[in-house]
Parts: sequence; C-alpha cells; structure tokens
Amino acid sequence: MKRRQLINAGSQVAGLLAIGSFDRVFAQSKQPIKIGLLTPLTGVVAAGGKEIAEGFNLYWDQVGKKVAGRDVQIFVEDDGSNPDIALQKARKLSEQTKVDFLVGDLLANTGLAVAEYAKTNGIPYFIPVIAADDLTQRTRIPNVIRVAGYSASQMAHPMADYAFKKLGYRKVVTISQDYTFGHEQCGGFAQVFTELGGTIVAQHWHPLNTQDFSPYLGQIMSAKPDAVFAMETGADASRLIQQWSSFGLKGSIPLIGAQNATDQSVIRTLGSEVEGIISCAHFAEGNPSQATKKFVADYEAAYKQLPSLYGFSHYVAAIWLAEAIGKIKGDIENRPQFLEGVRSVVLESSPLGRPVSLDTYGNPVYDVYIRKVMKRADGKFWNVPIETYPKVSQFWTYKPEEYLKQPPYSRTFQGIKKS
Amino acid sequence: MIAESPILSNQSLLKPILWATLVALFALVPVFLESYQLSLLTLILVYSLLAMSVDLLAGFAGRTPLCHGALFGCGAYGVMYFVSTLRGDPLIGVVLALGLVLSVSLVFALLATRTSGVYFLLLTLALGMIVWGVCQRWTSVSGGENGLRGAIRPEWLLDPLRYYYFVLLCASLLSWTMYRVVSSPFGLTLKGIRESESRMKSLGYNTTLHLTLGFCLSGLVAGASGILYAFLNSFVSPTTVSLSQSVKGLLMAIIGGVGTLFGGVVGATLIILLENLVSSMTERWSMVLGAMFVLTMIFVPSGILGKLRTVLVDHSGNKKSAEG
Repeated sequence: MKRRQLINAGSQVAGLLAIGSFDRVFAQSKQPIKIGLLTPLTGVVAAGGKEIAEGFNLYWDQVGKKVAGRDVQIFVEDDGSNPDIALQKARKLSEQTKVDFLVGDLLANTGLAVAEYAKTNGIPYFIPVIAADDLTQRTRIPNVIRVAGYSASQMAHPMADYAFKKLGYRKVVTISQDYTFGHEQCGGFAQVFTELGGTIVAQHWHPLNTQDFSPYLGQIMSAKPDAVFAMETGADASRLIQQWSSFGLKGSIPLIGAQNATDQSVIRTLGSEVEGIISCAHFAEGNPSQATKKFVADYEAAYKQLPSLYGFSHYVAAIWLAEAIGKIKGDIENRPQFLEGVRSVVLESSPLGRPVSLDTYGNPVYDVYIRKVMKRADGKFWNVPIETYPKVSQFWTYKPEEYLKQPPYSRTFQGIKKS
Repeated sequence: MIAESPILSNQSLLKPILWATLVALFALVPVFLESYQLSLLTLILVYSLLAMSVDLLAGFAGRTPLCHGALFGCGAYGVMYFVSTLRGDPLIGVVLALGLVLSVSLVFALLATRTSGVYFLLLTLALGMIVWGVCQRWTSVSGGENGLRGAIRPEWLLDPLRYYYFVLLCASLLSWTMYRVVSSPFGLTLKGIRESESRMKSLGYNTTLHLTLGFCLSGLVAGASGILYAFLNSFVSPTTVSLSQSVKGLLMAIIGGVGTLFGGVVGATLIILLENLVSSMTERWSMVLGAMFVLTMIFVPSGILGKLRTVLVDHSGNKKSAEG
C-alpha cells in the first residue's frame, strides 16, 4: 500500500510539474469524459434519430468506452424533433449533467436552436447531420463544428458538374421539398449547372409530406428535360421514387438525386425502382474499401440493416472526436485546446474510405463520391461509388470570401446564372 | 375556527391570498436551484402566462381558442425580427411586437367573435394556421423552417437569475391585471356572455364589443409571454407558432382548471416538468403525458385547481351549516 501511495503521489507531483495544477491531474486520472448526445427518439424523424444513437454508440462500444486512458460516459437525450425541447435538453446536459461537449440533432431547426445556445454558453457542439449552410458559412460559431457532416449545398455542386460534363445533360428540372434544406441543395446544383452553360427548365417546390406527385410528374413529362434532380428526404423520397416508376418515367427520363433521396433510410424500404439512380455524397455504404466493408459488416451484425447517413455520420464523428481527444491526451477540460485538436484532425482511415479534414470554417473537405444505386449479391440495394471528386469543400471552386458575399440560397435566390 | 371559515368561503379573498403565496413561492424557490432548473422555472412562468391567457377566453368568455400559439409566436417573431434582423433596440422591439400582436388579435377577434362553440374553435384554429403558414413560407422575414435566432436580451437582463425575476415581475403584474379584469364588471359581463349571449344582448350589452376587448386582452398576454419566451431562448421557429403550441396552452389551462385563471400555473408546471424530466427517463414520455390527460379528464374534469376549489368551498360550507 505504502509503495503504491508513494507512486501515486510521485506521479501527481510529476504531473503538477508538467501541467501546473493538481486539479487537472486529478480530473484526468479520475473523472470520466461526459458526452451529451441529442437525438430525436420521438417525433417525425424518430427513425433517423434511433440510427444516430446506434451509430454513435457502436463506435464507443467497440473501443470499450475508453479514450486516452479515461472512461467515456454517453448521456442520450431525446430532442423530440422539436427545437424548443432540443434547447431545453441542451441546457440540461450542459448545466446539470455537466457534459464536456454536445453532439447530434437531426433537423436543421433543432440544430440551429442548440447552436445558438452553444454560442452564448461556449460549450463545444458537433453536428454530423445538421446541414444548414450558414452554420459554417455566414453565421458560423467557433465552437460549433460540423465534424463528419456536410453543408447542404456542398454535395450538390459536384453533382451538377458531373451531370453536365460526364452525363452530358443540358436541360434539367429540379423537384424538391419546399424548405431551407431543399432550397440550399437545389441552389447549389442550379448555380454550378447554369454557370457551366446548362439550363434549369423548371423548379418544382412541393410541401413536406406530399402524397401525390402526379401533378409534378405531369409537368415534368411535358417539359421533356434531359434529367431531373430530386432533393427529397424520408417518406417523400420513397413516394417520389415509387410514383416515378409507376408513371413510367423510369427509363425514359434519368433521375439524379441529392444524397438523401437514395440514402439507406429510403432505399431499404424500396425495391428495384431505385436501381440506377445517381447521387453524390461524402460516403457510400457500397464502397469496396476495407474500413467501409468492416464498418458495414459490424453495423449489419449489430442492427440487422445497412447503415444510413445518420448512423454513418455519427460513427465517423465518434472516431473523429476520439482521435482529437487522444491528440490532446484526454485533457478535454481545456476547451480551446480541445477545439483546436478537433480542427487539426486529419482522418486517414475511417469508413469514409478517403482522408478528410476540416476547412477553416469548421466544415469537412471530402473526397466526394458520385454514387449509383446497385443491387448487392444478396438482393439488397446500396450506393456504390463510380467516380471521385477529390478535395471538395463547401465552397466548391469559388473563393470563400466571394462566395460568402452572395446571399444564402433560398426559394427566391438559386444562384442561377442569367444568360 | 370560526374566524377561518368565512375567509375560506369568501371567494374574493381566497384568490389574492393564493396569488400572493404563489408569487412568494416563485420568488423563493430559485435560491435552491441550479441554472438548468432555473431555466425550467422561467419556462414554466412563461407558459403559465400563455395558459392563463387561454383561460381568460375559454374559462370566462366561454370561447375556447386554438390560435393562442400563433399570437404567442407573433410576439416572439416580432421582437426577434426587430432586434436580431433589423438590429433595433429591444425595448422598442417589445413595444412593436405588442403592437403587432394587438393588431393580429384585433383581426382575429373581429372574425371570430361572431361565432361560438365548435365554430369558434375551428375558426381560431384556421386563423392560427395562417400565421404558421406565413412563418413557414415568408422565408426572407421569418427564416422559414429554420427560424430566427440571435441573443436579443438587453445587457441588464443577461444574468439568468435576474431575467427570472424580471419574468416573475411581468407574470405577477399581468396575472394580477387579468385577475382584476375577470373580477370586474367587465369580467362579469364576459361570464354572462358565456352563460347566455342572447340574454346579455337582450339586456342591452354590446356582446361583440365585450368579446373583442376580451379577445384582444387575452391575445396581448399571449403575445407578451411569447416575447418573454424569445428573450429566454434567443430562438424562434415555426414550431413555436404551430397548432401544437396552441393545444399545449389549452391543455395547460384544462389540466389546471378552466375558469380558475391560476389553474394555468398548475397546468404549466405539470406539463413542462413532465415534458422535460420524464423524457430523460423514458422514450415513451408522450404516453405518460397522454395518460395524464386522460386520467385528468376522467377523474377531475374540472381541472386540479377547479377540483381543489370545490373541495375547499364544500368543506367550509358544510362546516358553516354544521355550526349554524
């Protein structure tokens, strides 16, 4: 006993000399790291919310809930798909549970509410699926970082480039849910596509939860575009793709999509009607890389389904954060150092398959995949990469300062170049 | 004992005492609380005001509104837009937001007061949905689905404890005003309209005018609570003006007891606590909430405070007759 005490005291003194405070030595060796995970377990996006918790927990379970010699505790709170509840829960996690940082939320408005709180409170907040452009652009907040996430228009830029240059489309119709996330993705697509010389023939905005797409499909048929760009999430995406097929448009007009339209959360509910749809994303579950294969197999073993965007992003976010915590040797109490650690991570081997790092605005720069929905040997459909765009940032090829001078994408501003 | 019963049976004294106790309680409690719990308590006060404003119409004028979430939201959006987007002064923002709420309430009142019962319920629901739709679609002003955000609280209110006491002050003043109104001749007229509008008309009362004024007052209080809410959360989105917000206000009033005014405080406390504390324990928290509503409707249809009042009055009344 005496010897152990001596060693203990000795190491504390050594730690004191090295870092300069008893408190911190104590904190490092004893207290677990507390993580607050906000996710919608109830409400309209509860299905995605469950996958967020699954993906995030999967990583921590694999590493035994330990990082840099410290235990990790995860506190999951339900944000109810509602910004008011999300905000209250963020307060609780930060002020009562005293977590070291917050992760999560699914809907943009819940994320924006929590980000505003993080801004005044200073707690680090990481947003793997909150895609609202301005959170890492015009109104960025230093302690809100899009770890393993993407900004809405980021993937639409290369999609437009590919559609124009490789697929040779010149006239495109966009169809999208009528809310900010859709406006931003279509804006990103329309701007790049028209600047290359293409034409946006028409843009259809339909309300969330549209049951019947026939009026839009009718207009699309008579417009005779080269292709249609669909920005849909959840049940709307399933319905559009189904009706697209049953109206006989599949095969006559090519359908390209935002990554949400062919996400696993959508296509696992559908059959052969999804085959061949091309989309653009920072990950693809059908990626042949070793790390992706292993992750997909682990995920399937644990939860009996292929990982969607939600599970994928939060799994990678967990790796990212663990790496950052390791880099700063577990000293997470030093917030500026921790944030710097997160910003400086270059993730080499993750299920994303390609190295990824953050730009100075707190948004990842990815090697982006053009993906095609294909049939796996066992009959399930998944997204397989067919082309890679290296080093795609949220600003595409524009200069950040100039890009940020234009207004954010909205229903009225789509960045369409006047010819 | 003899001195006690007249006080208890005397309705005009019971309420001020209850009110003063409540305020004192709310003033003392923060001493024991952490910052998170303090924010919950602030939220409870804000929603109490909303519930009381609903009760003013539902309990006293007999017109159950489903548009108070929208009026609440008008206040929140108004002050948020003026202070955070236009970079105006918060105080002027509050005045303008109240003006906005008043004008919206007036339009709503002129349209809705000609109806009663289910028709009033549905008409106010539709009017509330219009506000929600505008907030959702008028992206350049309302920020659409993403809403508006920004720390808009003036410097001298930044401290959470100080803000709490500020909200408490506003809530006390407004609830006192509402209490005075419902116990005034004007309030009695509203009650008369609740019992029989045609009879009040034949007695020579301008019922439309009374209802319109009552509606506007109730709307103003709802708007004021919305403004306090925006100051608290630095954030407003279409969910704040949605139907579920109106329903929440109504449910709080019903749980507390329609027609008791202060029942709103009880209802708000219960629902906010359930929503925030039970949801941390189980994913099925909405079931707990639903079960509570069903049980309340079966066992205490007059609400918690309503039931308490009848018990107290019965008790003292019985004693009196026994003594006499």
